[in-house]
Amino acid sequence: MRYLPHSPADRAEMLAAIGVGSVDELFSAVPASVLSTFSPDLPDHQPEFAVEAHMRALAGRNHAAGDGPFFVGAGAYRHHVPATVDHLIQRSEWLTAYTPYQPEVSQGTLQMLFEFQTQVAHLTGMEVANASMYDGSTATAEAVLMARRITRRDKVVLSGGLHPQYRDTVVTYLSGEEGLTCLSPSPEGQGDIVDHIDEGTAAIVVQTPDFYGHLRDVPALARAAHEKGALLIVVVTEIVSLGLIEAPGALGADIVVAEGQSIGNPLTFGGPYVGLLACREKFVRQMPGRLCGETVDAQGRRGFVLTLSTREQHIRREKATSNICTNSGLCALAFSIHLSLLGETGLTRLARLNHARACALADALAAVPGVEVLNESFFNEMTIRLPRAAAQIVDALAARGILAGVPVSRLQPGEPDVDRLIVLAATELTTDADIAALVEALKGELA
Amino acid sequence: MTMNATGRPTAPTSAPAPSSPADAALLPAEALLFEIGDRDHSGVDLPDLEVGDERLAGLRRKTPLDLPGLTEPEAMRHYVRLSRRNYSIDSGMYPLGSCTMKHNPRLNEKMARLPGFADVHPLQPVATVQGALGVIEELAHWLMELTNTSAVAMSPKAGAHGELCGMMAIRAAHAANGQSHRDVVLVPESAHGTNPATAAFLGYKVRSIDANANGTVDVAAVKAAIDDNVAAIMLTNPNTCGLFEPEIIEIAEAIHEAGAYFYCDGANFNAIMGVVRPGDLGIDAMHINLHKTFSTPHGGGGPGAGPVVLSQALAPFAPVPFVRRSGDGLELVEHPDATSLGRLTAFHGQMGMYVRALTYMLSHGKDGLAQAARDAVLNANYIKAGLDDLFTAPFDGQPVMHEVLFDDSFLKGTGVSTLDFAKAMIDEGFHPMTMYFPLVVHGAMLIEPTESESRQTLDAFIATMRELAEDAVAGNAERFTAAPIRAPLARLDETRAARQPRLIWRHEKTEAS
Repeated sequence: MRYLPHSPADRAEMLAAIGVGSVDELFSAVPASVLSTFSPDLPDHQPEFAVEAHMRALAGRNHAAGDGPFFVGAGAYRHHVPATVDHLIQRSEWLTAYTPYQPEVSQGTLQMLFEFQTQVAHLTGMEVANASMYDGSTATAEAVLMARRITRRDKVVLSGGLHPQYRDTVVTYLSGEEGLTCLSPSPEGQGDIVDHIDEGTAAIVVQTPDFYGHLRDVPALARAAHEKGALLIVVVTEIVSLGLIEAPGALGADIVVAEGQSIGNPLTFGGPYVGLLACREKFVRQMPGRLCGETVDAQGRRGFVLTLSTREQHIRREKATSNICTNSGLCALAFSIHLSLLGETGLTRLARLNHARACALADALAAVPGVEVLNESFFNEMTIRLPRAAAQIVDALAARGILAGVPVSRLQPGEPDVDRLIVLAATELTTDADIAALVEALKGELA
Repeated sequence: MTMNATGRPTAPTSAPAPSSPADAALLPAEALLFEIGDRDHSGVDLPDLEVGDERLAGLRRKTPLDLPGLTEPEAMRHYVRLSRRNYSIDSGMYPLGSCTMKHNPRLNEKMARLPGFADVHPLQPVATVQGALGVIEELAHWLMELTNTSAVAMSPKAGAHGELCGMMAIRAAHAANGQSHRDVVLVPESAHGTNPATAAFLGYKVRSIDANANGTVDVAAVKAAIDDNVAAIMLTNPNTCGLFEPEIIEIAEAIHEAGAYFYCDGANFNAIMGVVRPGDLGIDAMHINLHKTFSTPHGGGGPGAGPVVLSQALAPFAPVPFVRRSGDGLELVEHPDATSLGRLTAFHGQMGMYVRALTYMLSHGKDGLAQAARDAVLNANYIKAGLDDLFTAPFDGQPVMHEVLFDDSFLKGTGVSTLDFAKAMIDEGFHPMTMYFPLVVHGAMLIEPTESESRQTLDAFIATMRELAEDAVAGNAERFTAAPIRAPLARLDETRAARQPRLIWRHEKTEAS
């Protein structure tokens, strides 16, 4: 077995050194009734080429995004990732290091996390950020819990424009608790969340650009929340948008959570991704997850450590702010490298390019008879209404090799008025030819 | 000496000598991105486009991004230099108890990067992702076969997320059975911190169970703690002292008899994969850390993956999404029925980790997995045999499983703490073992070699550990208290970091630092 260094002779000599006759003796604490009494329905070991053939066959049964025109977004976006990013994250010292609990031999990871935290804080316009979360949806749930701890209030209102699977995740995290209000889907960008805020409200949760692509009026929402002493949690699922849109922190957000996948990380069927969580400095001791901080070593040289760990489960156990034990280190590294490569100039240009491609897509779709574009504002994603049920049309287009977006009914089954809606995204990878192919195919299906 | 909340010394006690200048050639200090980057530099070529007819609702960014950029050669050098300041499993033994730092096969990485896996969107039509669903189905089959369980919740993103999933399933089952008054979870003192944190997160009261003199849990102690309010027990097996719980079957029976459920922390599954099926022990739920047992890389702290296997009793409460057969194909169930606990994350879980774990499983086969578990146990016992006479094992006189636990009584009177000892290991080229965990012994040293280490490496490790122990006892405390002196940095001041948190870089600090 290519991964196991011992020869039979090694094993025999080691057993002799231990003073037992067989490995079975080392399992003597295991009740005999359950020890190796089974034969699983599983294959034996295989050479590398056989495993590779098996996995390639599975991969071959998927339609990859790059195989044809592609407009799927809704919380995960297809962007170009520079070759440098994937090369660097596969270096042994990044890929196969553990959590940096021994800072003297983990300064690479720690300095990177410090840089990552700073990048996220600047991008979101917040004062501090943590070392990453599992993904955007779980970060949103943790932000809601954090807001309840900070305000010592129970009520939380989720905007109708929040990604439905983010909403469902928050609902699960808060199951058994009182105070959660989920507003109805708002595909037209309408917002009535302000009417639901009162003196018992811990936070309102608003996504922008929202699930349907609309940009929300964050300053007005911040004023309304703060008037009642509630916090504003802003959710961003397309982080590239912050290259062109004002930072939520500059508009009054108290906590910003985001999905960072768009920068540095491939789609990979939904994970692993990287959750971002940033907030005002005064809330730092209520943050979940790991934090990296600057300090000095015994000779006074600058160095970095994991810090404020008295919030965390390995110290506080049942009194921890969260049960989280892992961040998304390697995805955070990919994010940080890609964002370093982009820099301010690159990110600004990338965001403009995305917006330009989306404007071209919106204009082309609006010209298709029977198609209505619902958005007046958007970044790189929009919602269209068709004359017929959208799911069948999306499937029919997929059969023609065009992945046309996400039918809203897939995520909001049973909701009235959404079954004719599709959410579509364009990115820097969307070409004029892709848009023309979509438009032609859509005309064909609607004719 | 300054101590933190767990009694760990956090501040260095003396200033060590500078690192050897010879190190500087290969380990140069690296400035921060913000000190070398520039807002006008970029490593990505993109057109400088103005959007004439923008649709941004007047929310265009006015605040500067203030993000430095690096050209490609600058980025390459920055991140390569930084990487050289990290220890890694590829460069040396990483004997962190409870963390299972095994070799990460590179075939896994290659497979995860196939466009058919990496370039697939989670919300594409299901007909276009049958291969991805096939990976999930096949991995689920392996996990259920290896554990003899009825269902598996694939979506949890990490071990602690899996704990949340399993305990939510238990809470949902009690609610369905009219047992919502049950508000106590039994947790042994030796448990991972995530166990009590998870239970408390869900509103449960944590009732602690003491270990016996052998480091394991007596069924009698469990029975004494059981009453009508107990919802579940959370037990790690093999436990965090590296021992198989000998009365685990009786404990499961007692728990079930009381109408409660058995949550097993699967962090230590590497010791028994392919050898013992947890379902045969009576567990109801157990998370499996794919990043430990099934070799997906730790990546400097994630991403993990924590699928949860479930017994027949808990299967109906599993979260969405899940994959099931439908005619010739596979379908994805994305919306909960009335019993499901709901959704724990957007999308479908850690697909990139599933591909790696399945590749690892297929490479090993059922025979190779069992051999790996047996080698992991062999290696831990070999280390124990090599160190037993100099180190103090609190629960001696029995074989260990995949990890061996020592306490610090052999260091008594030497002026050397477990932390000092660990830092001296760094100077000898080894990553330290897990320290001060589990909490049930004083100054714990928990060593897990995994199956990946050769006999030669184990012999070198044993020789180093012996030499260090002898030197500590001989009175050379300064070597330990000054350590490390051969790392890129000397000991870091954790107290200062926590008292004056500097969590992001700020412009005004450039002159000062």
